[in-house]
Amino acid sequence: MTTERATTARRGRTGEWLVTLLAVVGALLVGAVLIAIGDERTRTAAGYFFSYPLDTFTEAGWAVVEAYTALFHGAVFNPAQTGSVWAALRPLSETLVNATPLVLAGLSVALAFRTGLFNIGAQGQIILGAICAAWIGFALDLPVGLHLLLALVGGILGGALWGGLVGWLKARTGAHEVITTIMLNYIALNLLGFLLGVPGFQRPPYGQAISETVDPTARLPLLLGGGLRLHLGLLLAALAAAGAWWLLTRSTPGFRLRAVGANPDAARTAGINVGRTQVLAMALAGGLAGLAGSTQVLGVTGSVTGSVAGTIGFDAITVALLGRNSPAGVVGAALLFGGLRAGAVQMQSVSGVPVDLVGVLQALIVLFIAAPALVRTVFRVRTGAGAGSQLALGGAR
Amino acid sequence: MSARPAGAATEPVGPADGPVVPEMVPSHQHVDAPPPPGRRLAGAGVLAVAGLACILGWGLGAGERAEAGFRVAGDTGAFTLPVPGTPIALGVAVLLVAAWQAVRGFPRRWAPFVVAFAAVCFVVSFLCWAQSGAAGAGVDITRILRASVFLATPLILGALAGVLCERSGVVNVAIEGQMLLGAFAGAVGASLAASLGVGVVAAVVAGALMGVLLALFALKYRVDQVILGVVLNALALGLTGWAYEALLQRDPQRYNSPNGFLQPIAIPLLSDIPVLGPLLFNQNIIVYLMFALIVVVDVVLFRTRWGLRTRAVGEHPKAAATVGIRVLRVRWVNVIAGGALAGLAGAFLSIGTIGTFTDNMSAGKGFIALAAVIFGRWSPRGATAAALLFGFATALQQLVGTLQTPVPVPSSLLAMLPYLVTVFAVAGLVGRVRPPAASNQPYPAR
Repeated sequence: MTTERATTARRGRTGEWLVTLLAVVGALLVGAVLIAIGDERTRTAAGYFFSYPLDTFTEAGWAVVEAYTALFHGAVFNPAQTGSVWAALRPLSETLVNATPLVLAGLSVALAFRTGLFNIGAQGQIILGAICAAWIGFALDLPVGLHLLLALVGGILGGALWGGLVGWLKARTGAHEVITTIMLNYIALNLLGFLLGVPGFQRPPYGQAISETVDPTARLPLLLGGGLRLHLGLLLAALAAAGAWWLLTRSTPGFRLRAVGANPDAARTAGINVGRTQVLAMALAGGLAGLAGSTQVLGVTGSVTGSVAGTIGFDAITVALLGRNSPAGVVGAALLFGGLRAGAVQMQSVSGVPVDLVGVLQALIVLFIAAPALVRTVFRVRTGAGAGSQLALGGAR
Repeated sequence: MSARPAGAATEPVGPADGPVVPEMVPSHQHVDAPPPPGRRLAGAGVLAVAGLACILGWGLGAGERAEAGFRVAGDTGAFTLPVPGTPIALGVAVLLVAAWQAVRGFPRRWAPFVVAFAAVCFVVSFLCWAQSGAAGAGVDITRILRASVFLATPLILGALAGVLCERSGVVNVAIEGQMLLGAFAGAVGASLAASLGVGVVAAVVAGALMGVLLALFALKYRVDQVILGVVLNALALGLTGWAYEALLQRDPQRYNSPNGFLQPIAIPLLSDIPVLGPLLFNQNIIVYLMFALIVVVDVVLFRTRWGLRTRAVGEHPKAAATVGIRVLRVRWVNVIAGGALAGLAGAFLSIGTIGTFTDNMSAGKGFIALAAVIFGRWSPRGATAAALLFGFATALQQLVGTLQTPVPVPSSLLAMLPYLVTVFAVAGLVGRVRPPAASNQPYPAR
């Protein structure tokens, strides 16, 4: 992968793109089957399938077209909503709002991947970041600018602590990060549940499990007016992606990360402190995820609830895998999945297809991409990409 | 534990002409190397903290009630322990152990017993403290243990699934997803067929199908197995979540109302044995299956030709192939069997416990099972013991939730307990472990 000739690499890259495209198409096809199964009228028509078989297919077709149209309307552009510029931009704004934390958390997972570590703990790191950012946001009284900066830094540090702990346990005791990150996810979730019942964190009158509201001085400013939710976090995410690209490809610590990911034994022989590099990688990964949590709280929700992290931490894994662990790929994948998330809300309200369908689509896309051979068999295409799977953790763990 | 052969026969090479003098034969004595001071002191530190917590927290922090009630079972065998005397005494005992560890250090092989002693002292002290707030019915020991076995059942089954897969060289991170789909298929199958038995079978089949997916992508398409497992979990979560919203919620009568749940079956005579009877012989059918499966997996893995082949394939597939073992076939069978086991664990969650399916009802149990596999060092017995430990932590958490403790303990903090135990177990007690050498290695190698 590193020392391929330019032509092979280019052909490989077109192959990658084709596989990605076909994977998305394949996932949408399977999703269409699910939509048809879930559709009431299709099921009724299937009841008399042997009398009028065409009915079943017509009904199923309509259900699928209706659902996917709504998905597109919610994610990109809705021709029915062209009253003003703001209304026309709303779907795109929602897509970007959904993509912002996915970029950050996806970078978190990708960075760990490149070091040969599997960060399933983005969820917990997001929660810690959200807790810290929110607490600084409502408990401290600071001037504009400084307050926001401090809240963001706090969120990053909270996530970095939670992630660094995993790296430290791994380097110190050899505890497998897949286990510790998952356990720390649940611990973070319960910690959040505990804090949401503590006066001082919980919002009076203490009836609901919701935190105090973040001060306006600590909120991320909105980028567009007109009631659109797009906030400064998008630019932070773009900066983080650029930073991650620079770190991985142009800096010495990034080289160490990749060296440890490619072959820890060789890295150790070359004089790299593998344990310290792993701690650094997990702390960086945690910091990125913590920033994702901070942007959610400071940019979107303004307060913390039990579901502040949603499924971002787990979607981030699929984002990183789809983006093949490169910062640019992560941004693209996050935009795709952010669009799916934004569109799913519209899809559920218009056609009643549950939002959970997006989870199936995401998993299928990654599954198909992980097995390019399968995609090629199903669609009967030949690509120049290598024979095996494109997705693998960097080296042995 | 110690891989060094203790009495390795080293024939002394004497002078060729002279007789070997008996005194010159080196006598081998097994000597444990003393643990390094850092590790020794760290262990002592942890023990000391536990001891101090017993004395300061559970002893001196106890409420007004000067005794804590315990019962062996039901109304029999009731006894009370003085509070705060008991926690303080136990804490002092743990501190003495800590002091010995700091000064001399226990041999490595004693470590499990030392940890177990400290843990028991800690738990008993904690239960004394938890009851010192207000007069209560006392802690029924048999009931906690029975709940531990009950709660550990899905974990044990999931862990056995993990052991089978990993011993054949396939990492199974998808236990969680297999459980979830099993729970779903169990509830839906039992509802559609109006029979819990059909539900159990449906769950096993669903789990096995997930196993087929895992085997297909891992063995045929050679996808990285850890990634594959995570993706399959996401797939199972998405599918069941979608079906839950699209079908089960809209027509619960038809899809999600099994006819009750699997009731405990008391085995005549055996269930009347005090303590052990209710613990082992008055459980539901899946628990009995679990007992049998522990033995079956253990015997199959270590006493049969198939097990030898499985382990060979998991350690060195190339060597196994050289002697004529069909590597991929062995892996396929083990992965599918593992999926079926995890599916059964799923059936326990839905129709074995509450009857209906709820969204994401496996809630991380598959991952705890995975931790139990590692904690138990890839052996069925070890994994079972680890799963029982997690089951006990959960049972304790549920029990304390019902007690009136002197200081109210928030339920969220209690809910952390099993996960904290897992982290401590994996990080503190297990440390660096060696998985089967070929796990997550595609075969044939690229």
